[in-house]
Amino acid sequence: MNQTINKYSKQIIIVNSIFILFWLTISIFPFIWTLWGSFKVKADFFSRADWTYALSGFNTLIETGATTTIKAYLESWTEGEFGRATMNTMIVTVSVVSISLFLGTLGAYALSRSTFKYTFYILIIALVFRAMPHITLVSGYLFPFFQLNIWGILPTTIIVLVAINQPFTLWLLYSFFKTVPKELDESALIDGCSYFQAFRYIIMPVMWPGVVTAGLFSMMLAYNDFTVTALLLNQHNYTMVPKINAYLGTVEYGGNYMWAVSSVVSATAPLFMIIWFFQRQLISGLTAGAVKG
Amino acid sequence: MPHRTFFWFILPTALAMILFIGLPIVSSFFQSLHIENEQVLMEVENCDPFGCTTNVRVDVEATEKIEAENPLGRFNGFGTYIDRNHLAFDEIREAWDNTSTVGEFKDIVLNLPFYKALLFTLTFCFAVTPPVIVLGFIVALSVNTLAKKLKGFIVFGTILPMIVTPLIGSLVLFWMIDSQGIIGASIQILFDDPNLSLKASSNLTWITLIIYGIWHNTPFAFVVFYAALQTVPQDPLEAAFIDGASRFERVRFIVIPHLYPVATFIMLICLMDNFRVFEPIIGFSAEGVAQSLSWMIYQDLRNENKMLFGSAGATSMLTILGIAFLLTPVLIRTWKEFKTER
Repeated sequence: MNQTINKYSKQIIIVNSIFILFWLTISIFPFIWTLWGSFKVKADFFSRADWTYALSGFNTLIETGATTTIKAYLESWTEGEFGRATMNTMIVTVSVVSISLFLGTLGAYALSRSTFKYTFYILIIALVFRAMPHITLVSGYLFPFFQLNIWGILPTTIIVLVAINQPFTLWLLYSFFKTVPKELDESALIDGCSYFQAFRYIIMPVMWPGVVTAGLFSMMLAYNDFTVTALLLNQHNYTMVPKINAYLGTVEYGGNYMWAVSSVVSATAPLFMIIWFFQRQLISGLTAGAVKG
Repeated sequence: MPHRTFFWFILPTALAMILFIGLPIVSSFFQSLHIENEQVLMEVENCDPFGCTTNVRVDVEATEKIEAENPLGRFNGFGTYIDRNHLAFDEIREAWDNTSTVGEFKDIVLNLPFYKALLFTLTFCFAVTPPVIVLGFIVALSVNTLAKKLKGFIVFGTILPMIVTPLIGSLVLFWMIDSQGIIGASIQILFDDPNLSLKASSNLTWITLIIYGIWHNTPFAFVVFYAALQTVPQDPLEAAFIDGASRFERVRFIVIPHLYPVATFIMLICLMDNFRVFEPIIGFSAEGVAQSLSWMIYQDLRNENKMLFGSAGATSMLTILGIAFLLTPVLIRTWKEFKTER
């Protein structure tokens, strides 16, 4: 029976395939185009005369002697100090992911195992916090940070990103821990474990699927953030995204524009690779969010 | 779990949230009640062989002294909230008195910075959300009919626009629609108008931003719908099939009703997230014609001469009010869900 229901007529298959192809073009093509264009010079990628120059590399050939060039990459990584920005992004991302998972697992475990009413209020407050636009929080940080003289350095930004990330991590891990049977750690408690020991020896070995998902979202937040990093870091400590924006501020210098294009590629490529590997976890996380708000 | 154990488990995360989410909101509010210190002016007499002139100039020393004593500025109460750059009560009253038609009044009000930004923010929210839901649903339906082998790659391709940060996403599109980029140039050829540019008119820029918003948000709707489609019960579908319902009818009367709650969830999240629209405006260099509330705050904090903490704080508070308004239905839903769970 199932097979008859799920059998599709030829027309549906054709229309469907065309639509999917159309949709994939819209969602993937811009990235492919940028990747392609990053190996050209500006006169080709933004071609005043004829956009087909971007394909043939007409000006690239004149300027560099070949139809493709890695000049923009070389320059942005050396002169543009993009390597430094990459390093900063790595430091920020790794620290944010590990700290937020550490705090988040402890908190979410407690929330999922406590039967008192205040857990509900904590979760609701977390939900409200999750909805706060980041820029409104940043406007609250700047003044105190200037006064305390901790503005502009990486540790401050890391802590801020961890905090901003906590509400979502808490909700995600809370709904994950709810699916871990209570009997598991309860039996450990009966055998004389403390709650911390139960967490350490019983829960930790089985919590990895949930932690990977939560870690993935923390990573995306830290890696992609612009609002917080652009306003809380000084130029020297910029991570990749604000760095790219900084290149754009200097449109007048023709070369720098291509720095931004090549840096966009350098910044997105690792992200896409990670997502390719962890696609399943990402989607399961988004759906957990859907069920739990 | 006993209270004491719970407390120690939750302490680190609670501390982080209170210190870096709770307190900043309070701090923002406190800042919004203050305004920048006035500069101390002094008269200086300049004498040269042709006579003496008096100039007014800033007394740097005295200004710095006040600045050091009162770094936050002077107390202004709710003054910042009603000044020209925010709720602009005086200007609105004046406009109301001096205009005869609703149209004129509207024009004046919508040219005030805050209302202009509010109009764009709301337009963006409400123009992006419905297409996102419809498109996300259609994409989910079509991906769902595909063979299993293909699904992995296609799902990956579909979620790309959501993974990249809005700034990079909008830049990537912006470079294509630039009048010298591939799409921009093609459009010029298509309409045979060498001056046609998506950046040229404010309407076109708004439309571009909205299209970007749809592009960026559809993957999220897709993922949620796609997962929900897996939970559609098979029995009613089979029953409908036996009774002779067509594919369209089965989708219309069984699948869609099943997905209603999911659609409301997507709608609320979309509205909330798009209310903070800000990075695309920078990515598309659209500051000239499209400003959003978040962009106003960013601009105050990026001010070249002096950061306008008061102004940024006031806009932040008003933005949070807007978010609270949008958030109420979500909260009520979660509340009910939680009660039934117990």
